[in-house]
Amino acid sequence: MAVTKQETSVEHQGSTGKLERQGFPIASLILGTLSSIGILTAIWMIFLYAPLDAVEGPPQRIFYFHVPIAWVGMLSFCILAVAGIIYIITKDERWDWLARASAEIGLVFITFVLITGSIWGRTTWGTWWTWDPKLTASLILWFMYVGYIMLRSYMGRATSSAYAGAVLAIVGVVDVPIIYLSVQWWRGLHPSAEVGVPQSALPPSVVLTLMVSLVSFTLLYSFLMVQVYQLQRLQALAQRLRAIVE
Amino acid sequence: MSRQTAVGAGFIASNTMVDTVSRREASEAMQIPAVEIHNLKKSYGLKPVLRRIDLTLQQGKRMALLGANGAGKTTLLRILAGLAKPGAGTTAVEGLDIVRDAQLVRRIVGFVAHQPYLYEELTALENLLFFGRMYNVEHAKERAHELLRRVGMERRVQERVGTLSRGQVQRIAWARALLHSPRLLLLDEPDTGLDQEGAELIEALLAEHTMRGDSILFTTHQLERALQLGDTISMLSGGRIVYQQEASTLLLDELRQKYQEVVR
Amino acid sequence: MRAVREVGADACIFFIQVGAILWKDIRYELRSKQTWLGMGMFALLVLVIFNFTFDLRVDNKVAVAPGALWVAFIFASLLGLSRTLAAEREQGPMDRLLLCPVDRKAIYLAKLLGNLLFIAVVEIVALPVFVALFDVPIFIGQLLPVVLLGTLGIATIITLFSVIAATTRARELLLPLLVFPLIVPIVIGAVRMTQLLMAPAANEPPWLGLIIAFDVIFLSISMLVFQYVVEE
Repeated sequence: MAVTKQETSVEHQGSTGKLERQGFPIASLILGTLSSIGILTAIWMIFLYAPLDAVEGPPQRIFYFHVPIAWVGMLSFCILAVAGIIYIITKDERWDWLARASAEIGLVFITFVLITGSIWGRTTWGTWWTWDPKLTASLILWFMYVGYIMLRSYMGRATSSAYAGAVLAIVGVVDVPIIYLSVQWWRGLHPSAEVGVPQSALPPSVVLTLMVSLVSFTLLYSFLMVQVYQLQRLQALAQRLRAIVE
Repeated sequence: MSRQTAVGAGFIASNTMVDTVSRREASEAMQIPAVEIHNLKKSYGLKPVLRRIDLTLQQGKRMALLGANGAGKTTLLRILAGLAKPGAGTTAVEGLDIVRDAQLVRRIVGFVAHQPYLYEELTALENLLFFGRMYNVEHAKERAHELLRRVGMERRVQERVGTLSRGQVQRIAWARALLHSPRLLLLDEPDTGLDQEGAELIEALLAEHTMRGDSILFTTHQLERALQLGDTISMLSGGRIVYQQEASTLLLDELRQKYQEVVR
Repeated sequence: MRAVREVGADACIFFIQVGAILWKDIRYELRSKQTWLGMGMFALLVLVIFNFTFDLRVDNKVAVAPGALWVAFIFASLLGLSRTLAAEREQGPMDRLLLCPVDRKAIYLAKLLGNLLFIAVVEIVALPVFVALFDVPIFIGQLLPVVLLGTLGIATIITLFSVIAATTRARELLLPLLVFPLIVPIVIGAVRMTQLLMAPAANEPPWLGLIIAFDVIFLSISMLVFQYVVEE
């Protein structure tokens, strides 16, 4: 009994002390408030401010959700890879927590990319799926996220798990542009419905709405990252305490 | 020339007994400890195994590492053998840092453990020739035959390791560990797995090893053996070195008593 | 000057070690009488099944046959290389190599070359069968560059991730899940190049360049990161 207590307090001073101090309450508050305001503003703008598309009608408004969510999904994967690289260099597990948080949130966002893309395709072209390069790349990215999460889940919280995840992320992030390129070339042979809006001549109101939406979703992403990062930190802490006690 | 270049060049040029002597003379002149560990920590996942290890082993000396199962003895040996990476702290073998100069350390360390680290589908000779290539041993064929003869396996040279008995396999494992004339021998419970004849042959090899000025760090559960073979006795408990004493000043009963205390 | 000599000597040792590991693995495979036959049979079976599942007429042969070939290769590679997983189930067997002063890149290279050799044997058997079965009007010699370069890319990824997946429980499921998304460019490129050999077309993007770039990039990355995956 006495031995256990002594060991626990030694641990507490060392690593768990550092763990306890990271609360980020202010960051959470600020990001939470900003993203709420942003999202509400974006929704207002999307439905009431942006002009109605002459060709597609109301369903076109999905574009204002689809594009920012796709951007966040890609960003998340890049952050995943960068966190992995930094983890390999520093061996600091906090970067691994960041990576895991990034993967979980990224998966959710990419799922919504696929859903919104599918709905948009259905309303515009009548098909539930189209092999548009961006959508296809998003699908592959979705599988990479799933693979990453499954791998981490199977390997647990060992350092080998963190290294494996980092390697997967590094290989993946270099691969995604190549995949996108190859799908684009391939698609040249099978031209099909394109999900997206032609780059040329977008009226300023559309651009503004898009920007607001983009910024809001990025804020939302940051807010969620802080939350899930905390979750990862607490999970690590709980496992460590359990390992000491057992 | 720097320490690393000296060992590296010595390795590249040749790895015979003669060069071992000149390398040894060079490092003895500098009086660098065979092993020097400060504040070593190691955790597996979230479970800490080594909490704080401070240990120094002088060249040509032998240290016995005692401790209960799970105290961290094997982990410590694995780190020194280059099979596991340290979590924190500085660990040096013959002045070479175990993280920065990991490959150089592996060249001068020999490891005998519970697992023989041999390939079962290959013959004894093929195994040694393979490791000879890995360690860049000169005159590997002659050396392999010589060592197999020394461990009493010269008649079983062409037999697949998988078909041999445990005792015979362990002898070949010893041959593997000594193939590249290591400066530091790491032995994890060296007496297990050997039959009577094998044990005697190994004794002779160990005696030679020390006479050449090379060092040994070994773990054991047998206290008599620890006193007999070791110059220093260290005890590991809860991931820390809790006791260290020169063997010459210890009596078996004292040691036994201390061991009971620590291991409980 | 000494530095150059040392680098040269280091490189020599590096390749000697790669050769030694490769030779050891080959001898090991030959002695344990492993799954060559099974892999080869599997590849042939896939080709035959494709014949039934896709009603092949002259007009759609070009569209389907290359796909059949590459599906056969990819699945045979994944299944055949599970033998590597079974052998390296725990960290243990790798320890024998990790104990040695051998560059981890050399270990990766040796494993990769071993896997390549393994798949190559299957492919050499499957190619003539493919040409015959699908009545494909091209010489095998023309197919070789595509097959070799495409297989190299696939094997690079499989070799790296088979070590990662080997330590997990559901490794037979996890390995394909990790590998398939990553090899998409090779799949697209190799199938397309095979199609072009059967029915040449103009204004095609540089598929060969894509495959070569993929091979070079991921071979380099894999060699560099392998040590993080294989060491404790």
